[in-house]
Amino acid sequence: MSDEAQTIPGLGAPADTEWETVVGLEVHAELATATKLFSASPNRFGGEPNTHIDPVSLGLPGSLPVLNEKAVELAIRVGLALNCRIQPSVFARKNYFYPDMPKDFQISQYDQPINVDGWLELPSGKRVGIERAHLEEDTGKTVHIGGGGRIHEAGYSLVDYNRAGVPLIEIVGHPELRSAEEARQYVSELRSILVAVGASDGKMEEGSLRVDCNVSVRPVGSDRLGTRCEIKNVNSLRSLGRAVEYEARRQIDQLTSGQAIEQQTRHWNEDDGRTHALRSKEEDYDYRYFPEPDLLPLNPSTEWVEQIRQALPALPRDRRLRLTAAAPSVDIDHIALAVERSMDELALAAISGGGAAERVMTHIVQNLADGSGQLTSEALAELVGMEQAGELTATQAKKVLAVLVEGGGSPQDAAQTLGFEAMDTGELESLVDSLIAEHAEEWSRFCDGDGKLTGFFVGQVMKATQGRADGKAVTQLLNSRRG
Amino acid sequence: MTAVEIAAAVRSGQRSARSVVDEHLDVIAGGDADIHAFNLVAAAQARARADEIDGAVASGRDPGPLAGVPVALKDNLCTRGLATTCSSRILEGWAPPYDATVVEQLHNAGAVVVGKTNMDEFAMGSSTENSGFGPTCNPCDTSRVPGGSSGGSAAAVAAGFAPVALGSDTGGSIRQPAALCGVVGVKPTYGLVSRYGLVAFASSLDQIGPFTTTVADAAAVLDVISGPDARDSTSISEPQPPVSHTLADGVDGLRVGVLAELSGNGIAPDVAAQLQAAVRALESAGASVAEASAPAAVYGLSAYYLIAPAEASSNLARYDGVRYGLRVDGPSTPDMNTATRSAGFGDEVKRRIMIGTYALSAGYYDAYYGKAQKVRTLIINDFASVWEQFDLLVSPTSPTTAFPLGERTADPMAMYMSDVCTVPVNLTGQAAMSVPYGVGDDGLPVGVQIMAPALGEPVMFRAAAVLEASL
Repeated sequence: MSDEAQTIPGLGAPADTEWETVVGLEVHAELATATKLFSASPNRFGGEPNTHIDPVSLGLPGSLPVLNEKAVELAIRVGLALNCRIQPSVFARKNYFYPDMPKDFQISQYDQPINVDGWLELPSGKRVGIERAHLEEDTGKTVHIGGGGRIHEAGYSLVDYNRAGVPLIEIVGHPELRSAEEARQYVSELRSILVAVGASDGKMEEGSLRVDCNVSVRPVGSDRLGTRCEIKNVNSLRSLGRAVEYEARRQIDQLTSGQAIEQQTRHWNEDDGRTHALRSKEEDYDYRYFPEPDLLPLNPSTEWVEQIRQALPALPRDRRLRLTAAAPSVDIDHIALAVERSMDELALAAISGGGAAERVMTHIVQNLADGSGQLTSEALAELVGMEQAGELTATQAKKVLAVLVEGGGSPQDAAQTLGFEAMDTGELESLVDSLIAEHAEEWSRFCDGDGKLTGFFVGQVMKATQGRADGKAVTQLLNSRRG
Repeated sequence: MTAVEIAAAVRSGQRSARSVVDEHLDVIAGGDADIHAFNLVAAAQARARADEIDGAVASGRDPGPLAGVPVALKDNLCTRGLATTCSSRILEGWAPPYDATVVEQLHNAGAVVVGKTNMDEFAMGSSTENSGFGPTCNPCDTSRVPGGSSGGSAAAVAAGFAPVALGSDTGGSIRQPAALCGVVGVKPTYGLVSRYGLVAFASSLDQIGPFTTTVADAAAVLDVISGPDARDSTSISEPQPPVSHTLADGVDGLRVGVLAELSGNGIAPDVAAQLQAAVRALESAGASVAEASAPAAVYGLSAYYLIAPAEASSNLARYDGVRYGLRVDGPSTPDMNTATRSAGFGDEVKRRIMIGTYALSAGYYDAYYGKAQKVRTLIINDFASVWEQFDLLVSPTSPTTAFPLGERTADPMAMYMSDVCTVPVNLTGQAAMSVPYGVGDDGLPVGVQIMAPALGEPVMFRAAAVLEASL
């Protein structure tokens, strides 16, 4: 493999202007059911190894799968949220030997998946096509003991089947993403949708959301797809961005040095920041798919699908549109962040309750990263009102906000408890005058135009008032005294 | 005593379950060394269960319709805590942590499991010579095979070891050994009996059914083991009427077809003669008989020997040495898998895994598995037309009487031909049974196969009762 000899390109290096990156993602999400896809064992993360098991999820001889209706409902929710067509589907066996797969075949859906032909809209407004979103069962986990956890050097391996049979939805997107950043946005949006419809907790770090990336490159302007490589082991949004950038760079370097790209499955190594060849296309398994004879074809009634559609909550895209309408001057990234933090309802209510949109959004983006706690929309609207009326400074408002998040209540009461009553104009004037007298030298420099001294005098005022003064009012006062 | 007679005597307190069970255990102890019907005799467990039943009767409780009836189970039916091997070295020593649904149903009906019976490994075979633990002999002539794959169950009933045995039928594995051993054997409609706990050979074809000495016993057992089961998605969700109640209703006015494709070519003359005798018996009981034809049925065996191995290649993948049963170590996991499977499976199982793997492979799927499924549809369609004109069909169950041990072991094709009459009904999912009807030139039993449309068991059993009474 020639890539070992290559230099690692600088991360975040500007994309080659002659090459275009093409990314298609396959996302596996664990569905948030109480039990497994085909048995009554709990679907729960962690636990002592081999405690969430039963004859079916262990694939014991004689056991038979029985489909979990809740998993089907969640899959349909996902399909509807991704604008897919919900169709009659068939389970199939995907045959290959692997110790963490109890039956040595995986029950999945093959040529007749439940959801097909949908799309997902990125915050930028770009639509990415969804080829399919199908149901399948998860495998167990193998732990290699000894040899630093690497399979080839391990002394022995242990298998935990707690995860075996956990329901998954595999969402296959079209190769319509054009950069690492778009890939990140796609996964982030998909995760928001999965969480919003209650289908999954979307936790990449616990493996409940897993991403395989298909990356290829092509000359800008070409409409042919290049040979792709599939990247596995991408476990966070950050790794996703890094892996796509590295892989695109690697392929561009390979092509510009006259070598062809071999279709491969590659493994992302977080530590060295590279992808490494796992197997070539020729080494790929022949899965020998055939219809699963132990399960009946799945044919959800139109009434049921309609019922699920009616019960769907507002989706991130709709919520962004609604918030944008209420706060048209706010940046789309901030709108998206508010939706991602599920604070769009709070923002909308505060804005419609009279709070200035930009100020409301500033609080949500900057001061509520850890959640809104006990804060009500009325209190947020009132707080913004107090700021605008000059009754609270920005610094004070932030402190009041923290109190409201912690214990609720009204901003008036909280401001009073904190001693944040707006300073009397006369009080502020006499304070400024005494400080000018005290610091004659600084004052003369200020009068000579040294702008840095503004900060000095504001700081002195804040110190003397323990932050009660409004910085803007102090600056105005200083300027008027200078004449 | 028949199962029905035993249950009546035990329920009324005339006989103790314990005495019935002891008597049968004695017969097994005296005779099974020559027959080898059993892989395992659960004597202590059976006696303890019999005592429980006697306790229930003594305290005025009814132990159920099969009270005190000894039952032998084919060794591919899961029994909690009792070794279940499928007569394969690869599963030797494995005891399931759960009971098959049919085992629960038998237990709840008061039956007593006396042991697990020998079979062709993973139910692949027609003579029980493919067992990993040695062949079973035919009680009618111990130099002959009992048929297969449920040969141990058929032989157990024929030898009087138990009045009832359960087997599984994927391509004839109940009916063919029943015919060769001279007992009644039933393959119910697919989905009538739960497959939960039946170790799968070919999931879309497998069905559990009883072996008995009388038609009434078979009806009584079928009524106990049939019915919906939430643990088997392919189980028929509506309860069906019991077959026992209409056994004596006769065949007057029924339209019976002699299925040409299964009754002409390749059928031994002595077997054909017995079929003719059976047809005359049905006619004289009032049935109208005519020749019937389902042309695609002749392709049944070819389609079967692609579909069944394809499913088997997937069903048997799990015997990989990782979780249970045999493990032969190797330097890597794939090496361990290969070593385990090479050592644990017999030749016929390996042959079918290879055929099935090939039939499903990329580039061959359409030509083999895909085409076989199309043929299956054709056969289903042909039978559907036949059922517009006939209530029942008859044919021989097996082209010949029991053949000598070793005669066909070197010739897989000759062995596969043993199932030519029975396979089509597995492909269509319909009901069928074999009823003993006289003997061939060699003095060995001949079976007549009665076939009915899906869920046609009540009518099928009426005809079986008429044949039985006419002997």
